[in-house]
Order: sequence, then structure tokens, then C-alpha cells
Amino acid sequence: MIERTLGDMGKIHVQCVINGDEKEFLCEARESLLEVLREGLGFTGTKEGCNDGNCGACSVTLDGVLVDSCLVLAVEVQGREITTVEGLAIADGLHPLQQKFLEHASLQCGICTPGFLVASKALLDQNPDPTEHQVRHWLAGNLCRCTGYDKIVRAVLDAAETVRS
Amino acid sequence: MVWIPSLMQKLTGGAEQVAVTGATVRQIINELEAAYPGFRARLVNEEEDRLRPDVAVAVDGEISNEGMRRKVGESSEVNFLPAMSGG
Amino acid sequence: MLSSHGEIRSFGDEKYKVVGTRPIRHDGTDKVTGRAVYGGDTRLPGMLYGQVLRSPHAHARIRSIDSSKAEALDGVKSVVTAADLPPTASDEMVDLGEGPARVKFMRDNILATDKVLYRGHAVAGVAATSPHIADEALSLIEVDYEVLPPVVTVLEAMKEGAPLIHEDLTTMELGEDTDKNSNIASHMQHTLGDVEQAMAGAHLTAEFEVHTSSVHQGYIEPQNATAFWNQDGMLTIWTSTQGAFTAQRQLGAILGVPVARIKVVPQEIGGGFGGKIPVYLEPVASLLSRQTGHPVKLIMSRADVFEATGPTPGSYIRVTMGVDSSGKLVAAEAYIAFEAGGYPGSPVFAAAMCVFACYDIPNCLVDFYDVVVNKPRSFAYRAPGSTHVAFAVEKVMDELAAKLGVDALELRIQNAATEGMRRSDGIVYPRIGCKECLEVARDHDHFKTPLEGPNRGRGVAVGYWFNIGFKSSVTASVNNDGSVNLVEGSTDIGGTRTSIAMQFAETLGLAAEDINPSVGDTSAIGYTDVTGGSRVTYATGWAAYEAAQDVKAQMLKRVAMVWEVEDDEVEFDDGVFRHKTDASKSLNFKELAAKLDDTGGPVVGNGSVDPAAGVGGSFCVNIVDLEVDPETGKVDILRFTAIQDAGKAIHPSYVEGQMQGGSVQGIGWGLNEEYFFTDEGRMANSSFLDYRIPTTLDLPMIDTVIVEVPNPGHPFGVRGVGEASIAPPPAAIACAIKNAVGAQLCVLPMRPDRILAALDEAGDRVSVAAG
Ligand code: FES
Ligand code: FES
Repeated sequence: MIERTLGDMGKIHVQCVINGDEKEFLCEARESLLEVLREGLGFTGTKEGCNDGNCGACSVTLDGVLVDSCLVLAVEVQGREITTVEGLAIADGLHPLQQKFLEHASLQCGICTPGFLVASKALLDQNPDPTEHQVRHWLAGNLCRCTGYDKIVRAVLDAAETVRS
Repeated sequence: MVWIPSLMQKLTGGAEQVAVTGATVRQIINELEAAYPGFRARLVNEEEDRLRPDVAVAVDGEISNEGMRRKVGESSEVNFLPAMSGG
Repeated sequence: MLSSHGEIRSFGDEKYKVVGTRPIRHDGTDKVTGRAVYGGDTRLPGMLYGQVLRSPHAHARIRSIDSSKAEALDGVKSVVTAADLPPTASDEMVDLGEGPARVKFMRDNILATDKVLYRGHAVAGVAATSPHIADEALSLIEVDYEVLPPVVTVLEAMKEGAPLIHEDLTTMELGEDTDKNSNIASHMQHTLGDVEQAMAGAHLTAEFEVHTSSVHQGYIEPQNATAFWNQDGMLTIWTSTQGAFTAQRQLGAILGVPVARIKVVPQEIGGGFGGKIPVYLEPVASLLSRQTGHPVKLIMSRADVFEATGPTPGSYIRVTMGVDSSGKLVAAEAYIAFEAGGYPGSPVFAAAMCVFACYDIPNCLVDFYDVVVNKPRSFAYRAPGSTHVAFAVEKVMDELAAKLGVDALELRIQNAATEGMRRSDGIVYPRIGCKECLEVARDHDHFKTPLEGPNRGRGVAVGYWFNIGFKSSVTASVNNDGSVNLVEGSTDIGGTRTSIAMQFAETLGLAAEDINPSVGDTSAIGYTDVTGGSRVTYATGWAAYEAAQDVKAQMLKRVAMVWEVEDDEVEFDDGVFRHKTDASKSLNFKELAAKLDDTGGPVVGNGSVDPAAGVGGSFCVNIVDLEVDPETGKVDILRFTAIQDAGKAIHPSYVEGQMQGGSVQGIGWGLNEEYFFTDEGRMANSSFLDYRIPTTLDLPMIDTVIVEVPNPGHPFGVRGVGEASIAPPPAAIACAIKNAVGAQLCVLPMRPDRILAALDEAGDRVSVAAG
């Protein structure tokens, strides 16, 4: 349900849940979720690499489903639940994926890392025991130019083991 | 011992190596200029009194970052080569 | 299988406590939680958003620019063009510390004046209250172009009568102006011995002609810049850059402002690989901020990144090499022509130094050309120039081995470069690890395991890159709990804060975790050159070692004061200060740090270095197994091993990461990546969908062997490892394809259609036409 708020230069009022907390914002119809997250709400952990759905740096989950937030209009998230990289760590520490990315040195520049973490979490949520091929297949929409992916794939497999146990 | 870049061997009558003495790169260049007029102009920016920005000098295999001030030993080998920048 | 630890083969015997371990990087937590602030994350109060108008033509004269409609749009605050930059004399030069630059060329590349030289060339900048309004404003700017014929390939541009991109450009030959108007900006030559005679006397020769396409560095984070030009005249820039000080100098030259009035704050950076050394958006953001009095942020779109920022050049290369009957290389000749892009300055100089760097060849001739074409101004990309030439040379080596009937790897070992050898550019090698890397490859399980199955082949290749040296600074402040705050000037693109901190810690017997490293802005740390040239762990690590020596010397005096003895009665050993004769007196670093307050106050150590280029250098060998699908021409990489000399690996995980990342970039360059140009000079594939960099699914694990042949020119024996790994993959893949199906590939990338065409011609030694 999209409501127009009068007197606000045609901006649209949106309510949603981000990382477990209720949020509301005003946006233009042409603004993407990525723009609103980064520039409007300050969730700059979600990165922009291409703004056209080809790099995965902007990965978030929307009601548990992995999406490229640059391809989602902000007005579409009315009433929905979003998880960004900022929502992965739990109160008493890092998520096992975050921990394993550090231990395996799976990041160099780190710009792709939030996207890989969110995408990997979405994988493990539905398949806690993926094969190497399944990990590679799932992560093929996330580009990394620094690592050659080796240490990323290993970290995800290792984290899966931790999550299972 | 100075190795002359092939594109400058016209000046040395084709000689690839020339023996000159000097305690610094500057003195070497001056010696070369005395023997082969025109040499200095190819290597030195006179206004700023330093090597031209597109020229590098290596003394005993190390590219000098002191330009013409670089000290040269008696048995040193000096190479002039095109300057390069990093990746 | 889960261990990320690759193999290490050490030829040194030094033992260390911190160096060689794998601590978690200091900035890691911020980077996995999303808290690290990258250039594009910069947000300032009152910030405006900018966009840049770019040329739709590859080559055109600008008759006029009318921005009045754009300026009238609601929300638009300012429009700038080249007219807002200071006027430039056509021959004004600046030295940015890394070679010469013509100021006019630098300024024109930021905002075009009279001509646009490539599609994507910046023409005007707009600042507005939102990026969307700025975007709308771009479409309201009217530019009147006189379209000119473009020249987009190097061989075309070199032809007599080709359209001239710069009417006043003449060919330089090492300080001599030939006065010849041409697109050839310079011609250079290296010679060693007598090639003609040696080649004539050779037992066998082989020759290849290769073409390579422009490829992009492909960092995932687009260029960005936020500028605030304060009313007091101080300009502050927040940006993702490989070098804050280099950016500061470029800005000073472009804007005509003294560097004292410019502060560059390097934000976290999402990859660079050479492409984030030049400034692009920073001067435009600065002009827009000066005009509006607000901070202005600009971010490039991905298409702009492809169309307007440094790709690495396309090239034409011809290599001939000859051996005697024993297989010893006796002569080698190369002709190398690089596409500089719209302005001169391609890395062809480096290519010429690398071309025969892996082999001991007494007679060489290298002719090389820097040529302007209507493409974006090219810039360095990881081991700039070395990948191009390795592709040609390594194909020749395989061909010679085939003609001689010997193993291709053995032929390489037989001719490997070693200490004392004179390279074709005249430099004589110090201790290097070329032969060691090749021998480790020969003895590796991968090489010893037979490869079976139809359409499968194995290839081997080797490549080289320098340690560029250059200037670095580090400052260390000791805290009273014994921890140390370490500020360094090198932006950290791949974990180098940690590798620098580890060298500091090692020197003082501390743990890596005791050090708090951070990257300083241009007002907070001494001058430091770019993160590039495989120099950070090498040179900035060395500066950290010097800073640690400084701290140690100051701390020794404090110990003497605490014990009320003479300075020379104290020694430092294994992290502990001891009295030379009184065994009862000892203090470790932490105990002493707690006493600094009443022994003279803070201890701050400094280190700055400027090591000579040419010291060290690193070789990388690849073994690759692949399978070619003869129906589709698709190549699958089955197994890949990279073997590289690191001198001494400070943090082996990040050394492996450099090797794996470079290898995969090389695989992409070999198989998929290219700028595809239309006849009008328009890049037809300026997105990550169509410019396809390797994904997880295209690759196997990348096995690594770190070879350690210590560099005698570094306190810990470090060799820079950032770059050599990108050089051999295309060559190794080409050799493997030849061995798999007999197809001879001479054009990069080795696309499926080219493989199919080469398969049709297999048997003949005919190269596939470019295009
Ligand atoms: S920024 Fe969304 S996929 Fe690249
Ligand atoms: S770590 Fe740099 S892009 Fe992945």
C-alpha cells in the first residue's frame, strides 16, 4: 500500500523493518532501495558496484529472499523486512561467516565483502551443507576482483560447518 | 663504464660502451658532453638543473633517486634508460 | 580442504616470531560488519551531488557549450566546464614524482577544452541537490560537436596519413624531437650485444605476432570524490585513491593551487590495480564546491568507469627468438606498440623492460612505441605491460621447445634469468628467484601428475615484475600500556596495514595485536608514494622497520635512565632490555612503556625511506590444466597453480591472496575480457554483464606456492608480490590450448569464436585475425 503524503513534494512515505528495527522514510518513486539505504538512512555497509544488477555488492535480503537492492525500488519495501550486512553480527559477536571471512583472509579491499556475506548467509539459511559447486553456483552473482574467490569459497564452506555444529 | 642507449649511439659514433671517469652522475654527463657534444642536452633539463623527466639513470643496477647527484664508484657501471612509472 | 593455507618453499634461513604468521587484519572487523567508510560512503552536512557530462563521440571538436537551460533547472546549483580551470600554456610540464606530465594533457583529461578524444571524455560537471536532478541537468546542456574520424587501433594510428589526434604531437626519441607529426608520441629502443649476427647464427628461431585488447582494472568500487573548498581557501578531498599525496600533487597542478592548501583524506578503497592513481572526479568536485560553497560528492556510474577511466592498453607485439643447438637462447628481438589512449603515456616502457626479463639472452633488440588512439587515456594495470609481452614471449618459448623436441619447462629452466645476468635494458640482476620458481614448478605435484582425457592440455608460463621502490613514511607513538599507534602513508587495498604493523612488531619483539595501524591523510603523515608497483609491504614495511629502530634507540636511553646507568650498558634482545653485565636488571617493552611518563615523556619514532627501484623483483610461474570444448570453443580451467617468489612472506595469507587475485585477473584477460569497439569508436560492452570478469563459477581453487628467495635489499628479505601473478596466465592458457587441441591463439582474449576459428586452421601456423 503506497500512501502519498501531502505537502512533501510528491515524496512517498514508506514503513519497513530493517535489521529488526522499524524504520520509516520518504522517498521519490524513482529512488532505488540501495540509494535510500545508503544516502537516506546511512546504511552505507551495503555497497554500490554497478547500479545495474551485475555485481552483487548491494545484496540484501527482502523477507528472507536475496536481492540486489539497486534493482529494487524503495517504494516496493513498504511493510517488508530487510536485512543488510549491518544486521548479521549478533549481540555477543560476529556471525560465523564474518568470523571465517576474517580467519581465511577472504577479503582484500573489502568492497565486495558485505554482498558476499549477505548472499552466503542466504545460502546457508536454506542449505546448511552446500558442496563447493553449490557455493560457487550460488555466489556467481557476486563479483570480487581482488581475491580470485578461493578464500571466499573456503570461508563459506568452513562457516557452514560451524553453523551446523 | 657507461652504457650508451642505442638511440644515442649516433652521438658516440656507434660506441655502445664508453669509459669515462667522474665521481657523480653529473660529472659523468659533463665528461660525455666534452667528448660527444650534444649529449648533455639529450639527458638534462638545464632550466631545472636535473635529469629530464623521461630519463632515468641506473648506477650498478640501481635506478638512482638522487638524479645527477648520485655518487659513482671507480668501477661503477652507469646506464641511461627511459624513465618508467609504477602500477 | 578447508584450510586456506598454501605451500611455502623457503630458500632463506632467518627465523622470525611475527613475520610469517597469519594474524587477523586490524581493519577486518569494520570491513565484515559494514562499518568501514569507503570513499562513496562519505556524507557531509549540506552535501550536494554532482554528475559529469561525457562525450558521445570518440573524436570531435567542441564548437560550443551552452549550459543555460541546465542552470535554470530547479535544484541545480552550479555547472562547470574546462573554462573554469586555469588556462594552460601548451608546453607546461609538471613532475609528479613518477615521471613527466604535460599539464595541458592532464587538465584536458579532466574536462575537455578544444577537442574530445574518446567517448566518455568529460565535458562538463553539474552540482544539484540530488543525483537525479544533476542527471536531468546533464541532458539540458547543449554541446555543439564537429565529429571527426576516430582511430581506435594502434596499427591504424601508426599508419602514414592516419587522422592526427593531436595536430601538434611529434615523435620523441629519448630526448630528441624528430619533428615528425604523428600519433606516435615516442619511440624507444633497448639493445644488447649484436642481435643481427646472433640471430643469423641461431640453430632455430621462432616468431609470433600477437594482438591484445584494451582491458579494464575492473575494481568493484567506482571512482568517487567528495570535495569541500572552504571559504578560507582550504580544499579538502575525501576519496578512494591509491595515493593521497599523489592525488594532492595532481590536484595542485590541475587546479593551480599550492599543495599547502589541499588536504586529501584517503577513505577506504575498493580496489585500484593501478586505475586509482590518476584523479578524475576530484578536480570537478573541487570546482563545483568552490562555486557553491557546499561539499559536493561525485560517483561514477559503472559505464563511466569503463568509458572514461584508465583501461590498460591494447597492443601489437612481435617477438622473434633464436637458440643454439643445445637449446641456449642466443638472440631475441621484440617490436612493441601500445595504445596510450587519448594522451601519451602508456606503460610500454615497463613492457620493454619486462619483455625478456625472465631469460638470460646475450643479444637483444627491443623497439617500442607509445601511440595515441581515440580511447580513454590508458593507465597502469597490475604489472603494467608485462602481461602483454609475456603472452608473446612464452608462446615463442613453447614453439622453440617443440622445434627442439624438449620439454617446454626444462627449456625455461635452462635459460632462466639468474643473479649477475644483464637484462636487455642494461640492468644487471641482483639475487632473484626466477630459476627457483621454475624448479619448484617442475617438482610440484601438479606438474608431476599426468593429465588425461581428450581435448585437455597443460601449459606453463613465467612472468616478471619489479619492486618499484619509491618513498614511504611511518610514525609510531608508544602508549603507556606498551601498545603502539602506527600511522602510515600507504592506502591499504589488501591488508597492508597489517603487513606493515607486523614488520614493526617483529623489530621490537611485540605482537601484531599490540600495534594499532592506521592510514594518515596528507596532513597527518610524511610524504608517501602510491600504493602500487608492488611497493607497500616492501617500502612502507621498511619505513616501519626504521620507525621501530628509532623507537628502540629512544627506549634504550629511557632504560638507562630508569636504572641510572650509561646508555651503552643496555642492550635489547628478543623483546627485552637487559643490562649487559648485571643479569638482575631487565625490562620488557611493556614494563618500560609504563615508565615513560616520568622518564622524559612520550616516545615517538619516525621512519622514512626511498629505496632504489630495481632492487628485488618477483617472478611468477603458472601451471594450468584446461579442457577445450571443440563444439563451442569454451575453455574450462581444471587446475591452476601459481608459484611466486615473495622474498619473505610477511603475512602468507595475503601473499596468497595477491597471487590468487592476480592469477584470476590474468585468466579473465586471457579468456573473456576486452573492450569491444564499434567502428565509430564506441565501447559496446560497458557493463559487468557484457564486460565479463571471472565469477566463482568460472574457476577452480587457485593453488599457490610461495617461494622465498630473500631479497638482499630489504631488512626482512621482502619482495613486493602484488603484481607478477597477472603476467603469466594468458600465456599459460594459450600454451595449454595449443597442447590440448593444436589451436594456435595469437589474439587476446581467446574467445570461443577465435578458438573455433583457430581449430579450423590448426596445423598451419597462422594467427587468427583480430576483431
Ligand atoms: S550495485 Fe547492485 S548489483 Fe551491482
Ligand atoms: S575484496 Fe576487493 S572486490 Fe572483493
